Amino acid sequence: MTVEANHKQAGRGIARVLMNIGRRRRPTTEVYGQPGAGRSSLISFATAFVLLLVWWLVTNAELVKPLFLPPPEMVFDKFVEVSSEGFNNATLFEHALQSIMRVFAAFALACVTAIPIGIGMGVNKLMRGLFDPPIEFYRPIPPLAYLPLIIIWFGIGETSKILLIYLGIFAPLALSARAGVRSASIEQIHVAYSFGASRWQVLKHVVFKAALPEILTGMRIAIGFGWTVLVAAEMVAATSGLGYMVLSASEFLNTSVVILGIIVIGFLAYMFDMIMRFIEGKLVPWKGRA
Amino acid sequence: MSTLQADNVSVVFPADSGDVHALDKASLTIGEGDFVVALGASGCGKTTLLNAIAGFLAPTEGTIAIDGTPIGGPGADRAVVFQKHALMPWLNVIDNVAFGLQIQGVERAKRYEMANQYLSLLGLEGFETSAVYQLSGGMQQRVGVARALATDPEILLMDKPLGALDALTRESVQEILLRVWSETRKKVFFITHSVEEALFLGTKLILMSPRPGRITHTYDLDFSRRYLRGEPARAIKASQDFIEMREDVLSRIHGDA
Ligand SMILES: Nc1ncnc2c1ncn2[C@@H]1O[C@H](COP(=O)(O)OP(=O)(O)OP(=O)(O)O)[C@@H](O)[C@H]1O
Ligand SMILES: [Mg+2]
Repeated sequence: MTVEANHKQAGRGIARVLMNIGRRRRPTTEVYGQPGAGRSSLISFATAFVLLLVWWLVTNAELVKPLFLPPPEMVFDKFVEVSSEGFNNATLFEHALQSIMRVFAAFALACVTAIPIGIGMGVNKLMRGLFDPPIEFYRPIPPLAYLPLIIIWFGIGETSKILLIYLGIFAPLALSARAGVRSASIEQIHVAYSFGASRWQVLKHVVFKAALPEILTGMRIAIGFGWTVLVAAEMVAATSGLGYMVLSASEFLNTSVVILGIIVIGFLAYMFDMIMRFIEGKLVPWKGRA
Repeated sequence: MSTLQADNVSVVFPADSGDVHALDKASLTIGEGDFVVALGASGCGKTTLLNAIAGFLAPTEGTIAIDGTPIGGPGADRAVVFQKHALMPWLNVIDNVAFGLQIQGVERAKRYEMANQYLSLLGLEGFETSAVYQLSGGMQQRVGVARALATDPEILLMDKPLGALDALTRESVQEILLRVWSETRKKVFFITHSVEEALFLGTKLILMSPRPGRITHTYDLDFSRRYLRGEPARAIKASQDFIEMREDVLSRIHGDA
């Protein structure tokens, strides 16, 4: 076989692989199913790869100064450096751990308060009347606006940081729980009553169960809010944490660390979303199929 | 054994554009061994009547009583089956069938034993642990019927339970229903839009007409008993008296509309 023929064959092989990328795993029984059904992970990887490539090309062609956008390899070097030697007295892992703890403390606190309150608001007039005005009032206010008040009231310690994140998470979680209790159909409720169920049994066996998918979605959205508020929370006299790392790096125009921090926050948020999605799949496999 | 008696039941829904007389002085007796079918144009108050009997809504006027005792809301003596099967998707098949028993505090082993009995009565063996949303429509409806039967109610209230099924599945579930009805000796109140279904299943047919919702005519039927005595379903539906009855019912319904 000649070299040329060999190349040709290799070329055809690659073409076939490329064509198959889109085709593989295509479900044969649901071609006319839900719009957008099927796995998109390959495309996602391709998107990430292309973005990285554009970043690399733009910076290495020196179209932008490293002060504004350092090349990916420089950020990677920083990643190695901050991981081993640290930045402002803490390693990347320590910064990340600190932030995760803050977000999670707030998230856990929100779950045990916002979900019961939201459910209560959904099923009880009194609860709805009590909690609706404060929640609806503070919900659209940006956390940065009430941050000074929190500092005045609670000082600059850990309490204020966690409280700020907590407030960011509380409203969306409570509202999703409140909406979730409307998920049970009137027929499902009637069936339970016709078996002689008490009001409490209807709530326990029907309403709460039916609310679960929406509550889990609310938890996913809420923890996303938590990461959003993190940087604001760590503006307050923090000495470690990813938000703190980004903020103090920006003061020294250390753009690589800023970008590194952003990427790590984004990555962590994404990972937790994946975990939540996994839990969702395990807990409510019937979601959207009732 | 018991008799359900609805006496001059009226239901008025207040509305901005004037009150809706969903049901006007409807009287109905459902006694031992009765399979009462309600038929009528959309909006003539069938579901309203069923909801009143089930106790989900209180009549504006009139009384509904079982053996002379007025009903005071929903109760375990009256089980419901809906068009949208209203199963609980978070429970598997057997837990759905056992749902009413669970509500009534029957312990797990006992309620599974009872549920299994009704699963096999409705031909659902082997699907105990299946997810309900993976079953076909006909099977889901049968789970709904099994669930209603499992608590051993006095009367089954069914609102177009087979309405969502295709013609073939529908006929087979009709036949299953009749066999279950004759084996369990339940009283049944059954709403349908299909004249054939009404004639084939019922021992008594009530025709209703809208605005205001009223019971306009009552027929006594025996096609279901003929089927249970062994006459083939298709022969019954093709017989002269069935066809005559069907035309009579249809002309009355069209006369109303
Ligand atoms: N909750 C309600 N509030 C106001 N009006 C109602 C309510 N429920 C029913 N109605 C009205 O009462 C009338 C009877 O309704 P119903 O649901 O009993 O009809 P139906 O015979 O079951 O009809 P279909 O065959 O379409 O199910 C209709 O005019 C309907 O608009
Ligand atoms: Mg109806």
